[in-house]
Amino acid sequence: MALDKATVARIGHLARIRLDDASLDTMVSELNQILTFVEALDAVPTDGVAPMTGVVDMNLRQRADVVDDGGIPDRVLANAPEERSSFFTVPKVVE
Amino acid sequence: MSAALTRLTIAEALGRLRARDISAVELTEAHLAAMARAQALNLFITEMPDQARAAAAESDARYAAGTAGPLDGIPLAVKDLFCTEGVATTAGSHILEGFTPRYESTVTAQLRRDGAVCLGKANLDEFAMGSSTETSYFGPTVNPWRRAGAPATDLVPGGSSGGSAAAVAARAAAGATGTDTGGSIRQPAALCGVVGLKPTYGRCSRWGIVAFASSLDQAGPFARSVRDAALLLRSMAGFDPKDSTSVDRPVPDYAAALTGDVRGLKVGIPREYRVDGMAGEIERQWQQGVDWLRAAGAEPVEVSLPHTRYALPAYYIVAPAEASSNLARYDGVRYGLRVEGENLTDLYEQTRAAGFGAEVRRRVMIGTYVLSAGYYDAYYLKAQKVRSLIAGDFRAAFERCDVLLTPTTPGPAFPVGERQDDPVTMYMNDIFTVTVNMAGLPGLSVPAGLSDDGLPLGLQLIGRPFDEETVLRAGDVLERAAGFTALPADIAG
Repeated sequence: MALDKATVARIGHLARIRLDDASLDTMVSELNQILTFVEALDAVPTDGVAPMTGVVDMNLRQRADVVDDGGIPDRVLANAPEERSSFFTVPKVVE
Repeated sequence: MSAALTRLTIAEALGRLRARDISAVELTEAHLAAMARAQALNLFITEMPDQARAAAAESDARYAAGTAGPLDGIPLAVKDLFCTEGVATTAGSHILEGFTPRYESTVTAQLRRDGAVCLGKANLDEFAMGSSTETSYFGPTVNPWRRAGAPATDLVPGGSSGGSAAAVAARAAAGATGTDTGGSIRQPAALCGVVGLKPTYGRCSRWGIVAFASSLDQAGPFARSVRDAALLLRSMAGFDPKDSTSVDRPVPDYAAALTGDVRGLKVGIPREYRVDGMAGEIERQWQQGVDWLRAAGAEPVEVSLPHTRYALPAYYIVAPAEASSNLARYDGVRYGLRVEGENLTDLYEQTRAAGFGAEVRRRVMIGTYVLSAGYYDAYYLKAQKVRSLIAGDFRAAFERCDVLLTPTTPGPAFPVGERQDDPVTMYMNDIFTVTVNMAGLPGLSVPAGLSDDGLPLGLQLIGRPFDEETVLRAGDVLERAAGFTALPADIAG
């Protein structure tokens, strides 16, 4: 099924990428081209096939539930575009 | 003198360094000079001449003291997807502008531990999304190879690790690191006439590598010989508790596996790789590879990988889905580019619109869509099931053979700009490589010959999980038989 402009605009919002009107038109056509390409998978019978959830056949390791890192606020904040007293700052979210 | 130093393989350079016949500083200076001559190729995003000279001087001190490491003094290019402490790391993206990591990726830390010298951060497709190194925010890298009869046409080096592959081909680096999510080491290696190895998923730590698609990404080496790739892999590989999918098993001495003996080795030739419309030169090169291995005593066997044609469509669901999740972190808050907005959502949306290029935006959008409510089963779950079938194909094939031989790419390097407008045509570059990532297997591209217009073509060897040794052993035999000695037009050193 082809995506329309309103759906692509909604995906843009979910992806937190602002799309102006011109880029929205291009995106509609490109996404539909890619979706047509991946629709080839509809031809593959997959009933009873387990989805691949791990690449290597292994159990994920567990480690002790202890703090083994931290206490380095200056390093954590070193790349912040804006910070104040050991916090990242953003525009106001609560009125 | 300096040209001679940049033509040494890593194995040869190590021999001369250990004999104190050359110094690490001379070797690094020769490569820095080649980098300076290769500026037009746009190989690097960040060059590190001062750090490289300092590291080379330390290597010389270790050689003098008798404490040199296994790669001491070897100058390498590092794909700018590996975080390097104190050195800008861009992933080829505007959105990481100004980002300087305060930590070092495990793979580059291990290379430094073993004495390697980092020359700089090599160009790549933005977030490793591309097959031509044209999606980099820092402009395309140019392949040092040129078509016979069309010397003015700039060709792409392949991608996404195009800067790494081109630097090794242009003799501006002795070796390089890359990452391979759908072919991003093997495809540029083939297009630039160098060796590229994607190890088994889990062999090299992903820690500190900017993530694209976490279940597919794997780091690996570029070099000008199979032996050199084996030497680099030994330093890059190994268990790392900081990567939950890193596999805890010993790292073999890969170079010791290069015995030159493939007698009795069963080489699978997958019939589904003989795709419709396959270029005659690709088919001939492939057959030549079969003949070379047979002449060396190996036994070719036809095998079937029935789901091959579905690998690329499944990849273009799985990889964008994982990318959309991994790239959610680039929100303009904690590092990198920030575009101020009226509120927080506006800040996110403006920052990501300004910071991501067209290909990254497309893939994040596709990934967001296939993971969104109501579509997850139809797309993502379906693709994960097809992925199981692809992995099953390989398991069945490896009951009948020890290694698979295929072409690396459907064609040689193409002109810069030629395929940029058509994402799906660009995706077809990875048709022979992407299956290997879907199944998590090791794959090696070896330069095998030249196309009709004088450009390098690669052959790919695919192995069982964690059997890099067999892949390298067969690759070494292929390399000896091919005797690939052609040099690119734009050689810098």
